[in-house]
Amino acid sequence: MDLTWSPAEEAFRAEARAWLEANVPHGLPSGDTREGFAAHLEWERRLFADRWAVVSWPERYGGRDASLWEWLIFEEEYYRAGAPQRVTQNGIFLLAPTVFAFGTPEQQDEILPRMAAAEQLWCQGWSEPGAGSDLAGISSRAEKVDGGWKINGQKTWTTRGAFCTHLFGLFRTDPEVSRHAGLTYLLVPLDTPGVTVRGFGRLDGDEGFAEVFFDDVVVPDSAVLGGVGQGWSVAMATTGSERGLTLRSPGRFLAAAERLRELAVDRAGSLTAAARDGVVEAHLRAEAYQLFTLAQVTDLVEGRNPGAESSLNKLYWSELDIALHETALGLLGLEAEVDAPWSRGHMFSLSGPIYAGTNEIQRSIVAERLLGLPRR
Amino acid sequence: MRFAPTLDQVELAAAVRELLADACPPDVVRAAWGPEGDKARLGLWRQLADLGLLGAVLPDDDGGLGLTEVDLVPLFVEVGRAAVPLPIAETVAVLVPLLAGRGGGDLAGLVAGDLVGTAELSGSGVLPWAGCSDRALVRAGTKLRLLDLTGVSLERVATVDGSRTAARTPAGGAVVSADPADLERAWLRGALAAAAQLVGLVHRQLDMAVAHARARTQFGVPIGSQQAVKHMLANVLLDVRFTLPVVQRAAVSLAAGDPAARAHVAAAKAMASRTAERAARTTIQAHGAIGYTVEYDLHLYVKRAWALAAGWGREDHHRAVVADSLGLPPAVDPSVLPWEAAR
Repeated sequence: MDLTWSPAEEAFRAEARAWLEANVPHGLPSGDTREGFAAHLEWERRLFADRWAVVSWPERYGGRDASLWEWLIFEEEYYRAGAPQRVTQNGIFLLAPTVFAFGTPEQQDEILPRMAAAEQLWCQGWSEPGAGSDLAGISSRAEKVDGGWKINGQKTWTTRGAFCTHLFGLFRTDPEVSRHAGLTYLLVPLDTPGVTVRGFGRLDGDEGFAEVFFDDVVVPDSAVLGGVGQGWSVAMATTGSERGLTLRSPGRFLAAAERLRELAVDRAGSLTAAARDGVVEAHLRAEAYQLFTLAQVTDLVEGRNPGAESSLNKLYWSELDIALHETALGLLGLEAEVDAPWSRGHMFSLSGPIYAGTNEIQRSIVAERLLGLPRR
Repeated sequence: MRFAPTLDQVELAAAVRELLADACPPDVVRAAWGPEGDKARLGLWRQLADLGLLGAVLPDDDGGLGLTEVDLVPLFVEVGRAAVPLPIAETVAVLVPLLAGRGGGDLAGLVAGDLVGTAELSGSGVLPWAGCSDRALVRAGTKLRLLDLTGVSLERVATVDGSRTAARTPAGGAVVSADPADLERAWLRGALAAAAQLVGLVHRQLDMAVAHARARTQFGVPIGSQQAVKHMLANVLLDVRFTLPVVQRAAVSLAAGDPAARAHVAAAKAMASRTAERAARTTIQAHGAIGYTVEYDLHLYVKRAWALAAGWGREDHHRAVVADSLGLPPAVDPSVLPWEAAR
């Protein structure tokens, strides 16, 4: 057990902190609106220009070859500095690990630098009107044509789909085989003829969702990521990223718990015993999540794969996030109804137990794969 | 940064686990409830002494293993998993480190397994393990006193965990230390050891509930194939998996003499107590009526968990310590009406 950072890691932290303090913009409009998204892209490009957009990536793609430990440190500093949400996150945290693992060298060289530079903006096209938790039930299909694939169907609840330039998604390429075997992972530019994108409001009213329609959309063979019929296993590699620590680093919740603590000190007049305990709970859980991830990163660094453990991460951070925001709303009293960061954060937190596989699905995964309880 | 047990720690825990699986199965815990329990368990004490565990925190040169609080966590997880019906945590984590370097014959006797030592510092008036102990560390104000229990006529107290063999705390004893820093260290070590045992106790209960849910068939299917049962047991694993790292961090802070140790131990014990209380309720429920009996072994572990969740500071105490460490103002009374608040 060693909970100390090396001098090199401390130096990395100091450099990140200094840069963030000098550069972080405050008061950006929501990244889930058209104008807010544009403002966030400026921030993303500033991050990229100084090589802070994708610190753990190789230098040739715009990264710093940072270790997982340094990535955790950067995330901690990022949220500590109050820096904006990453509107590029579904590309850099969900698609990129998959491209690193399954992409051809050509795909890697084509996609990764542009993604890092926030030139290619990626959204995730998995869910369909008839396939949410039951992802293998998707019906959007891609049919083999000369030199490529012709796509027909619909995706929905696509985060920031109305503002992105590209979509990574799962499509049924072989309706004859079993549900999981007939899927292929395809990369689709959203300006391809036949693609129609319609944005719509999420719970907070912002146009953060989109539905994407495919009408005889033709993409080349090079749009296949990881092999025809391999879509399920390729996609599952991405869900590990989505549920686990890469999308939701502990720094985010440590920073939120600290902001809650500051709110409680500021609103001492409405700090009831229940609210005070809620602040303690948020702090305890944020720290527990941090410590759990330190153990998890130790495992990763030493070659032990967390596997289904990422479901534990997802359950913990999503429920911690809701509890934390509920405590904040309690402290705000009637002011909680004002459309402001805490009330918006509360609404956003309610998406946590839904996306990346609902918490009900995660609990079943934990029970079956970690506890060994029988499937139905 | 490396937040995982070392190979030595893993191997020690495995050795203790193996020993206890053999030497402290449920029958031994159950026997400790019986009229001959106080004598029956002493053979196990001797085995622990022979393994060198009782003086584990002493330096190598003094016949110990040179273990720190960090090394003790995996060890006490195993003690908890087996619900060892002896004050091993009190002796190893509290008494031996306190007496080390102070001289006196008791230290050698405790380390050799000739003496059994218990400790109770909350001042509850009930002394756990009194019936099977020769020495007891207790508190009078901020002074630590060591009682010699040999020949003392104890006023026994029936406890929910019948293996705890408790008594009313006798008066008297020699002052061992009047230094509040010694008292706090002893208290924190006891709380940490309790938290680690709770983690092990939860794992034992969870293992039993999972085995039961796989084997028990109702409506033609194992009950563990039902989502409602799956999800409640998943919650227990979720709780305990996020509790252990907090307990380990508290041990690191305590071993390093970090001033944050007080808050870190409080976080550990608060989380461990809550995790254990929820696990007890859930695993009884998962067993149905079978879990609501004393013939089935689950209650041996549930009742120990209840005792340790309450001992060494309850959850609400430790949460209040965390609240203070965060600099939170005191709570206000929510029953005050808005127009009265201004007064």
